[in-house]
Amino acid sequence: MEIIMTVLAGILFTAGVYNLLQKQLLRIIVGATLISHGAHLFILTMGELKRGAPPVLQDGIENYSDPLPQALILTSIVISFGITSLLLVLAYRASKENGTDNMEKLRGNENE
Amino acid sequence: MLFTVFLPVLLAILIPFISKYKEKIHTGWFVMIAPLAVFIYYVRFIGVNFEPTIGQYNWIPSLNINFDFYLDGLSLLFVLLISGIGTLVTLYSIFYLHTSERLDQFYVYLLIFMTAMLGVVLSDNLFVLYSFWELTSISSFLLIGYWNSRERSRYGAQKSMMITVFGGLSMLGGFILLYLITGTTSIQAILGMTDIILQSEYFYLILALILLGAFTKSAQFPFHIWLPDAMEAPTPVSAYLHSATMVKAGIFLVARFTPIFSADEWFFLLVSGIGIVTLIWASYMAVRQTDLKGILAFSTISQLGMIMAMLGFGTEVAIFAAVFHILNHATFKGSLFMIAGIVDHETGTRDIRKLGGLVTLMPISATLAFFGTFSMAGFPLPFLNGFYSKELFFEATLELDRFTSSAAQFLAAAIPYLAVFGSIFTFIYSMYLVFGTFTGKKNLDQLPKKPHEAPIGMLLSPIILILGVILIGLVPNLVNAPLLAHVAEAVYGAPIEMDIYFWHGLVPAFYMSLIVVGVGFVLFYFKKYWVAIYQYLPGKLSLHKVYDFLMDQSEKFSAKVTKSYMSGSLRHYMLYILGAIVLITFPILLMTDGININFSNTSEITTHEVIIGAVIAIAAIATIFTHNKIATILTLGVVGYGLALLFILYRAPDLALTQLVVETISMALFLLCFYHLPNLRKRTEGVFSRSINLVISIGFGALITIIGLSAHSTKLFDKISDYFVETSYSLGGGTNIVNVILVDMRGIDTLFEVVVLGLAALGIFGLIKLRSKKGAE
Repeated sequence: MEIIMTVLAGILFTAGVYNLLQKQLLRIIVGATLISHGAHLFILTMGELKRGAPPVLQDGIENYSDPLPQALILTSIVISFGITSLLLVLAYRASKENGTDNMEKLRGNENE
Repeated sequence: MLFTVFLPVLLAILIPFISKYKEKIHTGWFVMIAPLAVFIYYVRFIGVNFEPTIGQYNWIPSLNINFDFYLDGLSLLFVLLISGIGTLVTLYSIFYLHTSERLDQFYVYLLIFMTAMLGVVLSDNLFVLYSFWELTSISSFLLIGYWNSRERSRYGAQKSMMITVFGGLSMLGGFILLYLITGTTSIQAILGMTDIILQSEYFYLILALILLGAFTKSAQFPFHIWLPDAMEAPTPVSAYLHSATMVKAGIFLVARFTPIFSADEWFFLLVSGIGIVTLIWASYMAVRQTDLKGILAFSTISQLGMIMAMLGFGTEVAIFAAVFHILNHATFKGSLFMIAGIVDHETGTRDIRKLGGLVTLMPISATLAFFGTFSMAGFPLPFLNGFYSKELFFEATLELDRFTSSAAQFLAAAIPYLAVFGSIFTFIYSMYLVFGTFTGKKNLDQLPKKPHEAPIGMLLSPIILILGVILIGLVPNLVNAPLLAHVAEAVYGAPIEMDIYFWHGLVPAFYMSLIVVGVGFVLFYFKKYWVAIYQYLPGKLSLHKVYDFLMDQSEKFSAKVTKSYMSGSLRHYMLYILGAIVLITFPILLMTDGININFSNTSEITTHEVIIGAVIAIAAIATIFTHNKIATILTLGVVGYGLALLFILYRAPDLALTQLVVETISMALFLLCFYHLPNLRKRTEGVFSRSINLVISIGFGALITIIGLSAHSTKLFDKISDYFVETSYSLGGGTNIVNVILVDMRGIDTLFEVVVLGLAALGIFGLIKLRSKKGAE
């Protein structure tokens, strides 16, 4: 299963990067979100899947699944939520001020 | 010793606060404390029984980089010059700079320079010396550009920076080679390994690189062009940095390494050859200048060339004369710069064509100038120190008979004539300087200000320096055994005993002096008949044009290169970054045999997991192809909720909960914002850029997969997670291990995570609530 999940993480990255390379701000945000999803899955797979119980201590259970990737991912989910929201509002404000959400048009005049 | 080096820069921290009261009391009075204290500390080392002392302070011991200070005769002479002239220059600047100037900046730069320069001459560590060396270049840059509203100041500052830093970097290369050969960073230890260095195959490279550093700093031909432009600095700076101290750092460096290098005849050829060319060219050019400080700048260059040439000779007399002249030059040139500043201050111009006849209006300045210039010219009078070192210079030129190669022998034979030739021009520009300014016809109506004698405070510093000129001239042996003998010993490597006396008898050196004075007077008197020669040499030739051309071309080239990739397009930047990651990581993975994929040690494959995975993959790819806002958001949501399902299956309840909550809020946010955003358009880019995007994204995804698989198949060491499982309850007091890690074991991380969220929230609030300037909302 780890193999399949790693490939899935790769697919998420591929789709994310492709969206990231687009011109529209929306697509860039979607790409960033996909990449963070991919990263979460990637980290989780690193810690081996389905070995032992959920990492909550219980009497009589010796074997738990790896808690460290989960702690990392938990931090990451929250941070990427913050980033996504900021990006979204930034995109909203930028397109409202400038009348476009096309990154190529937001480059500034000297580079046109 | 550490404290004395850093005293000025420590004082500099206080200057911005002190300078608030500059209208009541001039900031310079406080600044003077630093050099004066350093001077008093070190002046007690002067004495016949002086022994070198060492002070060691650790800085980066793992790299052999430490504040090791070594005070021998050579360092002592320079420390005294830096602190002594520093005190006088600060005193002078109190009267020179009006309190309406930006005194805080000026004095902070000046104090930084003092620390840097003290560090250069005291450091025993190659790399500490280099750091201080570059710091002198930086403070010099700041001081030259002090009046930064003037175009010439900025030009001069940049020029000095480019040339001296170029030399400094070459010197660093030389130092690194020295370190590699000897295995030590201590200069004293390196001086003890002369044989190893001389036999090294890199010897000539080291010699060339270090000399490049010295020549650029000490303004030797053809790198001298920065010094005349550096005269845009305030006059106290010119007197201090660009005459007495910083430009002598190159001389110091050559002197420091003389014990190693002088064994090779190329050292003589390069150092004396360049030195004597510098002496002749600069004194020839000085006669052509019309700006008082321009004359003094070229004069400084030529005197530096003379000292450099003497160091190249490497004989006892020459080295003694060189160190003697370092001291003498600082006294008379420092005072002459100050007098040039006084003339500028009192008349409003430094143009020698407008000046004249000032002797009756400014008698004290004129008297001081006469002493200074005649000492500079080497006029044979028993109360002028310049004559003594000049005479020793001539004596040294006649003793060059130790060379074996024909090139060195040829240069040695030519040097006495070249020395006389250069000194004749030295004599001419000295006379031109003093007579042109202080005698002749008065042009009072051409002067911007009505001249009168300067205030006593301004005269005080040059008076002290000229008294030094006279004192050393009258009793030269006063500084001989207690100071100069130690300096010469440090440079030569063995004790040098030399008696300085005025009358040598009718020796060749005396005749050479007479020729200089005689021919010099004649040429000076008939100057207007031969001055036309400057139209042919240098005529239109100019090293400045070479510099300007190089600067211009490199600026154009770098602008072109930068523009070619800094396109301002986000997509391009992402392509560079991601492409670089793919292109660098893949080959390294292949080269280091990092790819290692095996399918053992995996958990079983179940149907529902595969189905969820397939749905996520399809949804992720679908985001690329949907052009409807709502559809895109929903497919994105499928990915997020799918992930949450996977989290549940993979025994991560906390993750699943968080992911569900976050995904829901995100969806709501997306929908809210998307409502206001323009609809998605069909992709309009061409096939080419589309395929580049595809290649990069597939490459990146493949890279991630390969890394993940290889990492999964390679277990280099045991997991550290067991520690958390074991200690979660005993140390953290909680049964939910993930929570204990987050809030207890990695508590600070989580704290900062909260800070990031808070910042994001503030940013969002600002973006939504704050009105734009245009009043769009």
